[in-house]
Amino acid sequence: MKYQAKRKALILLSDGTIFHGKSVGDKEGTAFGEVCFNTGMTGYQEIFTDPSYFGQIMVTTNAHIGNYGVNKDEIESDSIKIAGLVCRNFSYDYSRALADDSLQGFLDANGLFAISDVDTRALVSYIRDNGAMNAVISTEVDNIEDLKKRLAEVPSMEGLELASKVSTKEPYFVGNDNASIKIAALDIGIKKNILRNLVKRDAYVKVFPYNATFEEMEAWNPDAYFISNGPGDPEPLTDAIAAAKKMIQTDKPVFGICLGHQILALANGVSTYKMHNGHRGINHPVLNLLNGKGEITSQNHGFAINREETEANDSLEITHVHLNDKTVAGIRMKNKDVFSVQYHPEASPGPHDADYLFDDFFGLIGKSIKHNEIV
Amino acid sequence: MPKRKDLNSILLIGSGPIVIGQACEFDYAGSQSLRSLREDGIETILINSNPATIMTDPSMADHVYLKPLTTKSIVEILKAHPQIDAVLPTMGGQTALNLCIEADKKGIWEDFGVELIGVDIDAINITEDREQFRELMLKIGVGMAPQATATSFLQGKEIAQEFGFPLVIRASYTLGGAGASIVYKAEDFDEQLSYGLEISPIHEVMIDKALMGWKEYELELLRDKNDNVVIICAIENMDPMGIHTGDSITVAPAMTLSDKTYQKMRDMAIHMMRSIGDFEGGCNVQFAVSPDEKEDIIAIEINPRVSRSSALASKATGYPIAKVATKLAIGYTLDELDNQITKSTSALFEPTLDYVIVKIPRWNFDKFEGSDRTLGLQMKSVGEVMGIGRSFQEALHKATQSLEIKRNGLGADGKGYKNYEQIISKLTIPSWDRVFVIYDAIQIGIPLSRIHEITKIDMWFLKQYEELHFLEKEISKYTIATLSKDLLLEAKQKGFADRQIAHMLDCYESEVYNKRTELNINRVYKLVDTCAAEFKAMTPYYYSTFEAEIETAEGARYVENDSIVTDKKKIVVLGSGPNRIGQGIEFDYCCVHGVLAAAECGYETIMINCNPETVSTDFDTADKLYFEPVFWEHIYDIIRHEKPEGVIVQLGGQTALKLAEKLSKYGIKIIGTSFESLDLAEDRGSFSELLKENDIPFPKFGVAETADEALTLSEELDFPLLVRPSYVLGGQGMKIVINKEELEEHVVDLLRKIPNNKLLLDHYLDGAIEAEADAICDGEDVYIIGIMEHIEPCGIHSGDSNATLPPFNLGELVMQQIKDHTKKIALALNTVGLINIQFAIKDEVVYIIEANPRASRTVPFIAKAYKEPYVNYATKVMLGEKKVKDFTFNPQLEGFAIKQPVFSFNKFPNVNKNLGPEMKSTGESILFIDSLKDDEFYNLYARRKMYLSK
Repeated sequence: MKYQAKRKALILLSDGTIFHGKSVGDKEGTAFGEVCFNTGMTGYQEIFTDPSYFGQIMVTTNAHIGNYGVNKDEIESDSIKIAGLVCRNFSYDYSRALADDSLQGFLDANGLFAISDVDTRALVSYIRDNGAMNAVISTEVDNIEDLKKRLAEVPSMEGLELASKVSTKEPYFVGNDNASIKIAALDIGIKKNILRNLVKRDAYVKVFPYNATFEEMEAWNPDAYFISNGPGDPEPLTDAIAAAKKMIQTDKPVFGICLGHQILALANGVSTYKMHNGHRGINHPVLNLLNGKGEITSQNHGFAINREETEANDSLEITHVHLNDKTVAGIRMKNKDVFSVQYHPEASPGPHDADYLFDDFFGLIGKSIKHNEIV
Repeated sequence: MPKRKDLNSILLIGSGPIVIGQACEFDYAGSQSLRSLREDGIETILINSNPATIMTDPSMADHVYLKPLTTKSIVEILKAHPQIDAVLPTMGGQTALNLCIEADKKGIWEDFGVELIGVDIDAINITEDREQFRELMLKIGVGMAPQATATSFLQGKEIAQEFGFPLVIRASYTLGGAGASIVYKAEDFDEQLSYGLEISPIHEVMIDKALMGWKEYELELLRDKNDNVVIICAIENMDPMGIHTGDSITVAPAMTLSDKTYQKMRDMAIHMMRSIGDFEGGCNVQFAVSPDEKEDIIAIEINPRVSRSSALASKATGYPIAKVATKLAIGYTLDELDNQITKSTSALFEPTLDYVIVKIPRWNFDKFEGSDRTLGLQMKSVGEVMGIGRSFQEALHKATQSLEIKRNGLGADGKGYKNYEQIISKLTIPSWDRVFVIYDAIQIGIPLSRIHEITKIDMWFLKQYEELHFLEKEISKYTIATLSKDLLLEAKQKGFADRQIAHMLDCYESEVYNKRTELNINRVYKLVDTCAAEFKAMTPYYYSTFEAEIETAEGARYVENDSIVTDKKKIVVLGSGPNRIGQGIEFDYCCVHGVLAAAECGYETIMINCNPETVSTDFDTADKLYFEPVFWEHIYDIIRHEKPEGVIVQLGGQTALKLAEKLSKYGIKIIGTSFESLDLAEDRGSFSELLKENDIPFPKFGVAETADEALTLSEELDFPLLVRPSYVLGGQGMKIVINKEELEEHVVDLLRKIPNNKLLLDHYLDGAIEAEADAICDGEDVYIIGIMEHIEPCGIHSGDSNATLPPFNLGELVMQQIKDHTKKIALALNTVGLINIQFAIKDEVVYIIEANPRASRTVPFIAKAYKEPYVNYATKVMLGEKKVKDFTFNPQLEGFAIKQPVFSFNKFPNVNKNLGPEMKSTGESILFIDSLKDDEFYNLYARRKMYLSK
């Protein structure tokens, strides 16, 4: 080992602003996406593999990234889903007995381009003030005009359907097929830890692709439905919305997380909107209005559901609010076993404060099964 | 649910005198707490015996009792204030908790109908009684190291036999790890066991199997009455298990924890806090994590109160733990409170950092001759510094630059060790300098794996060190002319000081400074905002760093700076850096009052300091806080950025004063007494000329630079002689010698420790009485704020003497001489501000020992005894806003106030407790007596010569 020189690199935002930096690993590269930031101080590997981040250039605010390498069991999908990485200090060397590889090795294996030595704090303030926008990270520092042209061709996240890019192509099963409970999960970008949480509570899960119809799911005769998290704008996901509309007609429990929460809102006629710069981090405060308790939650969303429309909707009740900006963090349907949250009770990364939501889901399933048996 | 309506009057217990393990962090916590209670319209009553604190200012609470921390005092207070509804004991460290338990056992709280808030007694008992704690942890499924309790010597021996070595012995109910030790060999066990049993107030020790080399972490928690819990900060100890956390280099956020392990630890911490009892407030939990693939997490301890670490966590994150903990104790819930930094988001959240902080303890082993300098389970440091940077490396460098131990950072100053055996030994036996020796080890080529094997420090940290070494090597290939902008920027980003870079390039510091100015590599300031810039924050709490450029769409290039300069007139107050013996909390008191007074005069106030325990570094003390090393390069850059009217150096002790010369050289205005006068007072030659001109007697003295010169001089001056180096703090290296052999020995020793120093030799006035005076001078008039007489004879450092205010047996004639001399000297030195003069009195003649034209250790004591805001007055005089004659002085004191030094000798069992001209006390308390017939006074007087050493 010796002193490592790194070539110049930059991040160019669609409004023409440039933040200078260096290329991680002295590599050449260029990557496009919508820029967003995550404020978590742990869990970079989980973030990078979370399908909800598909198509995003991730700015990590933590001062160092890569310190504890990567571990094959701490992934949220089979590959890196972010489009590019921007950080302040990149750790080429890592330290952890459990690690299988360095973060650099993991990025290389996934062909992900990353830049470091950027004033990420200034970049985050800029996104905070000017909103999320498309960006390119590149070592083509002498080719700005060309980069600008190519960047202009990248579609906006608003109205963009991305679930199809990360969803499974074929249905598959998770868990023990003798399990007492069967859950049909609609994969519009599902995180592995959601499945782990369902299986851990003794469920046998069949994961359906994003464009599966309600009838296909119903044919398996599940005890409950689950709609996953995922990337992009929820409104173009017409198949999922149609399926959700039918799910909530049944008497079976339905649980939605993040994008799944937005789908359930749309199925109830509540619209969604693109937020200024979204919520991405593992320290987001949520107040549970049902019991008055606070929760520190993991969040990752750039869209949210309309609060006024939710309040005005007769069949919906707001159960959780985000304490910082009072956006809707959770809803349930009155007189139905249907509920959803905008945040991530499965954590990974993040605190386990909202773990109880899975228990609630299974409580509803248990009750529903019992009820059906009696009937 | 908002705050409780039934709490209208609350008693707060302070932590008393500063001792090792309990320092000014509790002044910070208590001050915040008092302010927080006042905000809610609650009457506050405070008891604390430490006069050097800010919390004991009359303005801080409705009723301040500077009384001994005893149940007797508590009863007196409760009788005088029957309206007290509750007591908040969690802001005053273990001292306050112990007093609270004692009062509880005696039924005092019950008798007076006082409720305990912020904690419950059962919780304290469980966490302090290691056996009970262990059982509880077992019950809730939290792992602990194999552990057993011994209340007798025999029991202890049996446990050792069962566990095998190494073992850890910890004494129950003690402070800062007192009585704790790691025992590697059976033959050392008996002694340590007896010591532990002896030092524990209940004669109980816990013996655990030592988890040597496990990684160590601390979590700071807050809980409200709805049982909402948030983690404010996770702190990682760079020094693994085996070194007390107060003596460890610590880092936040945790650097080497995966999310999976961190979340597991978070769950455990919350579970533990909930299990020990039902209370609202702060809590600190310590864990060890096995460095292997198992990543086992084991609980070490839990403290249901605000702690040293929570002060650090507050400064590290910006989240004011003590303030919020107080709000929770009076009934608020977290979701009802605002984040105090953003003011727009919720207090129910967990701060996130986009920078790194490194805390390094400050030790003072040189003050404890013969002490065991090895770091272990018993805390030995007397203070700490914190460095903030945008990387671990930058933060580490800034912390090392803050220590004021004549190092410029890691490496590149020619001071590193080069001897292999010496380095290996210093790595193996950790002491104050291991943080530097790791770098030396890498420099001479010792493999990281070997360093890790010896120190067990996580490889990630060692790799960071190694990167610095590679960078130093790379830079050394160039000259100042050929060094590229990229490389220079990288060096600055990694925290190397201009001086270090100059050393690498073999050029002058000023050349490096000029080059980086030319290349536009300038310090920028970033905000500590609790949220990594996710939300706008207004709180003016800054640290410096270097960043890459940004280019606007129009092509303008800039580097982003969060610290916007206003057009108001500004004053910079330089802080006193880390606490150490001879320079402690009293200077923080002075700085805080300086800031407040300057603000009253309409200035924007700017505080620069690097001590995380202090009130001066609370984000709402000054208009702007720069949490930066009190190190030339950093200060100069702040001054260039802010362009203040001037800098106040006379309130921050020797640390700030030392910088006067350079400030003056760079044309920066020093507020108050000029550098020339400061220098004149320090220079014995010119100062004695001044005394001669004014007909003021002083002991015969001379200056020597070699042992030979000293011996010749001794014939002229006569023994006994007082020998000391110039420009030192708290009498460092000062000694009284009675013959030539002793003189030679001491001179040789001093010149070895501090080469090229001038030594001062004074004839020592044997059997003299010592007195001192503090005064405010505006250049025309002098007002003496107080004259104190030392109870101990001349020869014991003034900081270690019991002093009475006013003097108890000085005659009219002597008093007049003191007054006359003080006035003459203050005027002759053109003092503008404070001055302290020390006298020796023999045969009714008053001799001058020294004069310090700055705030002294005794100023807060006098201000408390007389109930007058002297630092406020002095600051206004310094600023030229007021003259001495503008103030109406009205000191109020019936009887006498005695300043009593407090020592921490119990941390250094082998150290000689003799007192002499070198200061050894860590803190002080104040005692008011009505008359000289008081028993306490009689006792002090009778014992006055007991500890004097020659």
